[in-house]
Amino acid sequence: MSGVSLGLPAVPPRAPEGVGFLRGTEKFPAAARHELANAQLRRNIGKATHTIRAKRLHVTGELPDWEDLRDAGAAIKTDVMSRLPELLEQLEAAVVARGGTVHWAADANEANAIVTDLVRATGSDEVIKVKSMATQEIELNEHLEANGIHAYETDLAELIVQLGHDKPSHILVPAIHRNRSEIREIFLREMADVDPDLDDNPKHLAAAARKFLRHKFMTVPVAISGANFGVAETGTLGVVESEGNGRMCLTMPQTLITVMGIEKVIPTYRDLEVFLQLLPRSSTGERMNPYTSMWTGVTPGDGPQDFHLVLLDNGRTAALADGVGRQALNCIRCSACLNVCPVYERTGGHAYGSTYPGPIGAVLTPQLAGMDGKDDPNSTLPFASSLCGACYDACPVKIDIPSLLVELRHQKVQKSGFGAEAAAMKAASVAMSSAKLFTLAQKAAGLGRVVAGKKGKISKLPPPLSGWTDARDIPAPPAQTFRQWWDSTEGRAAIAAARKDGDR
Amino acid sequence: MSSRDVVMGRIRDALTLAPPTATEVPRNYRTGRTMPDAERVELLVDRLVDYKAVVHRSTEAQLPEVLARALRDVGARRIGVPAGLNDSWLSEFDGETVVDSPTVPAPELGNLDGVVTASAVSCAETGTIFLDGRPDQGRRALTLVPDLHVCVVTVDSIEVGVPEAMARLVPERPTTLISGPSATSDIELERVEGVHGPRNLHVVIVG
Ligand code: SF4
Repeated sequence: MSGVSLGLPAVPPRAPEGVGFLRGTEKFPAAARHELANAQLRRNIGKATHTIRAKRLHVTGELPDWEDLRDAGAAIKTDVMSRLPELLEQLEAAVVARGGTVHWAADANEANAIVTDLVRATGSDEVIKVKSMATQEIELNEHLEANGIHAYETDLAELIVQLGHDKPSHILVPAIHRNRSEIREIFLREMADVDPDLDDNPKHLAAAARKFLRHKFMTVPVAISGANFGVAETGTLGVVESEGNGRMCLTMPQTLITVMGIEKVIPTYRDLEVFLQLLPRSSTGERMNPYTSMWTGVTPGDGPQDFHLVLLDNGRTAALADGVGRQALNCIRCSACLNVCPVYERTGGHAYGSTYPGPIGAVLTPQLAGMDGKDDPNSTLPFASSLCGACYDACPVKIDIPSLLVELRHQKVQKSGFGAEAAAMKAASVAMSSAKLFTLAQKAAGLGRVVAGKKGKISKLPPPLSGWTDARDIPAPPAQTFRQWWDSTEGRAAIAAARKDGDR
Repeated sequence: MSSRDVVMGRIRDALTLAPPTATEVPRNYRTGRTMPDAERVELLVDRLVDYKAVVHRSTEAQLPEVLARALRDVGARRIGVPAGLNDSWLSEFDGETVVDSPTVPAPELGNLDGVVTASAVSCAETGTIFLDGRPDQGRRALTLVPDLHVCVVTVDSIEVGVPEAMARLVPERPTTLISGPSATSDIELERVEGVHGPRNLHVVIVG
């Protein structure tokens, strides 16, 4: 334990503005509007998410203990967040004991500087990269480029995105928005020595990428990766992948630099047995991904002989300081919630303006980077959801994304306000702040049925609630209170059916 | 103040501002499963075939013959082996055998037609083979750079599920989990076998 006293506890800072990809240039509704106009993108994403969804249901259904695995995964991650200091110290000690070096980065700027210095020290002006959300989040490639170091993305999809001078649109399949003929065009335009007769057969496109990158794998002396897990007990890092580009980067170069968010630590080696079942099945819908690499510090005669682990905060401690919101840090980045989300399916990932799109992105992005300013593009993210609940049901570590979105909406409205809606929210929050008042208010709201009349809809409400009804009709409040209904057999069945529906 | 102290301080502040509650991890998922040999093998074969791996069956006595035939059938003439591989395994192979060592520059491994190794443990339920760098499996580059990997799996090293297989690993060893050959689904989610890792995986199940 480091004994440094920082005085009274203060809310930790968010990720710094102006660096990294945790903030788009426009608000979600505006971004979504022009993404929606892109029919090709919508077709590509729709096809892809439906395919993965079906595969996921098949392989999770295969395991009779799927729910037990989810419970274990959720509890392990919750436990991690409560014991972060000791676990990180343990991880650090284990990595150092095995010949690795551990660096701490308070934010994106610091992480970028650390990595750049480490690469410089090797004398190389090129690095090869395994797909990693953390390095994407901090805008590492761009920072390296500005310092005269070229980073080659080696994951096929990341390569497509990089060569297309584009941004990823999905956590798992970043080029999901591109179809084969677009990819062929990108390759023909951007790859040196590509066969001009290259057609758009995915097999041939993959072969072209293989040829393009093989030389890099054999000659570039430095690799940069992320990590899916870091085991505190043993110092073991793990990367889950499919193509073998991960294995190449983690094995061939002399120096390996791994950038890992502090929330990715897990207590014991045994815990991997849970996540290695949850992650592949939730993510690609496979029983197991083709390759997983695990390494502990440095192994003489095998793989990189110089290993650096960069532990990244960049707003994670700010999320941790929110007792409700910290749940978002449990995310293992499987992307299942993206694939079931009706909003993501229509807008695609770019509309969220962040490395983390979709339902979890709508929660995590404002938590990491903030959303306080009135014109902050992130301020609309908590509203980019229909709250259908499908994401909650899909999440392998049971993150209650809908509730987190509601909580963030509440926080947003409290802080800056959204005009009339803010007033309405405020009125609601008074009632919601006490369970007794809430129940009373719901009983009173039963009167709304009379106002609503035959249509069963209320089209106009007096201020301040008109802030809501001006934009939409709200269904008449039910005869029962929500709680009465929730406790009834009918309520339970309806919730279960709605969840199933969301999965389809 | 070091960045380490800064980050640690922030974490402690966060946990002071919003104190966590103690969490018990329920481990009600399946562990310690067993299954008769024949069923475990059948399950593993089913998964491997699903992943487009080529599966061969062999008794211990037939192994040299089965390996030689498998290599001949794919036209592999120059084969890399880890230093600790059982010599007798390739006694029937009439091509060239190159023994790997850490001093061989990794790119040279690309000149091999393939590589033959043992394996540490396998998981039937997911079709996963675990390599952990022991002398009969070699360093990680050896099973990565050549385009063909012929991997020998003994029946007694096949476990039912992930927890059972993981329990047999030594955490500190560099470990590679392999489930079929290299594959990508990045282009319109169409699965393509073979990107950067070996495009061909042959598994010989012995026993
Ligand atoms: S929130 Fe859950 S479902 Fe979404 S990416 Fe994270 S772990 Fe997966």
